[in-house]
Amino acid sequence: MTIALETRRLRKSFGALTVADGIDFSLEGGARHALIGPNGAGKTTLVNLLTGALAPSSGQIYLEGEDVTSLAQAKRVRRGIGRTFQINSLFRSLTVLDNVALAVAERTGAARKLFRPAFSHDEVKDEAHALLGSLGLSDDASRAVRDLAYGKQRLVEIAIALGMRPRVLLLDEPAAGVPSAESHRILEVLAALPPEIAILIIEHDMDLVFRFARRITVLAAGAILMEGSPQEVAHDARVRQVYLGERAHV
Amino acid sequence: MYSAPARLRPLEALPWLLAIAVYFAAPSYLPLGAYVFIMILFTLSLDLVVGYGGIVTLGHSAYFGFGAYTAGILAVRLNGDPLLGLAAAALAAGLLGLATGAVILRTRALTLLMLTLAITSIVLEIASSATALTNGSDGLHSVPVDPVLGRFAFDLFGTTAYFYCLAVVLACWTLVRSLVNSPFGAALVGSRENDARMHAIGAPVYARRLQAYSISCALAGMAGALLTQTTQFAGLSTLGFELSGEGLVMLVLGGVGRLYGAFVGPTVYIVARDYLARQTPEYWYMGIGVLLVLIVLFARGGILGLVDVLVNRLRAKRS
Repeated sequence: MTIALETRRLRKSFGALTVADGIDFSLEGGARHALIGPNGAGKTTLVNLLTGALAPSSGQIYLEGEDVTSLAQAKRVRRGIGRTFQINSLFRSLTVLDNVALAVAERTGAARKLFRPAFSHDEVKDEAHALLGSLGLSDDASRAVRDLAYGKQRLVEIAIALGMRPRVLLLDEPAAGVPSAESHRILEVLAALPPEIAILIIEHDMDLVFRFARRITVLAAGAILMEGSPQEVAHDARVRQVYLGERAHV
Repeated sequence: MYSAPARLRPLEALPWLLAIAVYFAAPSYLPLGAYVFIMILFTLSLDLVVGYGGIVTLGHSAYFGFGAYTAGILAVRLNGDPLLGLAAAALAAGLLGLATGAVILRTRALTLLMLTLAITSIVLEIASSATALTNGSDGLHSVPVDPVLGRFAFDLFGTTAYFYCLAVVLACWTLVRSLVNSPFGAALVGSRENDARMHAIGAPVYARRLQAYSISCALAGMAGALLTQTTQFAGLSTLGFELSGEGLVMLVLGGVGRLYGAFVGPTVYIVARDYLARQTPEYWYMGIGVLLVLIVLFARGGILGLVDVLVNRLRAKRS
């Protein structure tokens, strides 16, 4: 199996505080990989390092074998690293369609066009509509994002990320804040994502993690505590001690 | 944006029809009308950066004044052709915008605001010191301006100036309208709404903002050139911070980020100022102040925002 994304001795510190401590991590092509750990373990920091939102203090990041450590965030995105945010980061006053179309237009290069009206770029709109359709959001396309229920806003987060056609998708707590009755919808969407996309999901909802992930990495205090199959992780004494506790049920 | 067509609506003909009506109905107001057009162009340039780009600036007069002096110096020293002066002013102000924007647009919020102020102060200081070129605090007097297209000489009644300014505003409005409705404009609004997300979808946010800023500066420079050409004078007041502030006030008055706020704001502001100055020559500024306080308190979206609210209420009542 090819390696989609890899880090070597990745380290990030803010002064005396080390939030990522020599992380060697790899994500295989088409992976369904989860990153779990207690609050403050450095999960979102790792995502920020991988996407380029944060610069590492040392270490390297490779995207399909190519060193992307020094590339800016936008360039990494264009090479195929997409992400969603833990807290919704949407264009709230714009419509759902506009939210997704902005991402599609960036990928296709339509966003550079200065004169032809955005409305007449059918190729962008068609793709955005198709994406919304696949996530069950067609009926909401012309509504402003801020008028949507929170669970649907989480789906728009995913739709925007997919609009970039990523090869690697980093999902930062896609079900955070979603009522448990609706989280199955998020899981359905995740399960239906194209198999060729390598997915790394950060999530506290263990039910979702154990249903979705085929491999799990446990992070604690900025370092990898262990990595393995869901069964291995669920039965690991250290993981139970630092994170899962009585919640482990697999 | 992508959700709504950008077709021309009949209402959009209104400003231009009004402009023609003013020519017939109030011929003695043509010089004031030309000044309104100049301020509309300046406010339109501000709306592109402030309203659509989310770049709050108090330094746009730097580009207005730079354009005014470029057109003035070119006419005094080389050639008085107005269209050439206009093009030179656009180019010069656009390049100044590119050079200064490349530095200041790396910052955000209050830092950015202070840097825009600094730029206008620096340009003002340079213009004030370079007396050989600018004539210092006396300004450039009696700037020669050739007839437009070699045919339409600037006359005492201000007819040529009026239609010349109107034509330039029409051309620039067409440009800005298509810009803000294009995918580029959509991306610009995207970075105003959520900068972090634009980065995360791979958008070159800084480059886009710089591009919009430079275009806006070129437009502000053209407005400055129009002022020089219609008054045959370029002075240091075109570079002052007051003009930047006044432009922002006009934009807020009309409505920010709605394209037509730049038409309504300057018109109301200048007409009100003209009227109040006649009624109470000593206290006219107070009237402007009261108007602005009322707008900010009761109509956050400016006059056009207020119109929106009223129209929506009427529609709600009917249904």
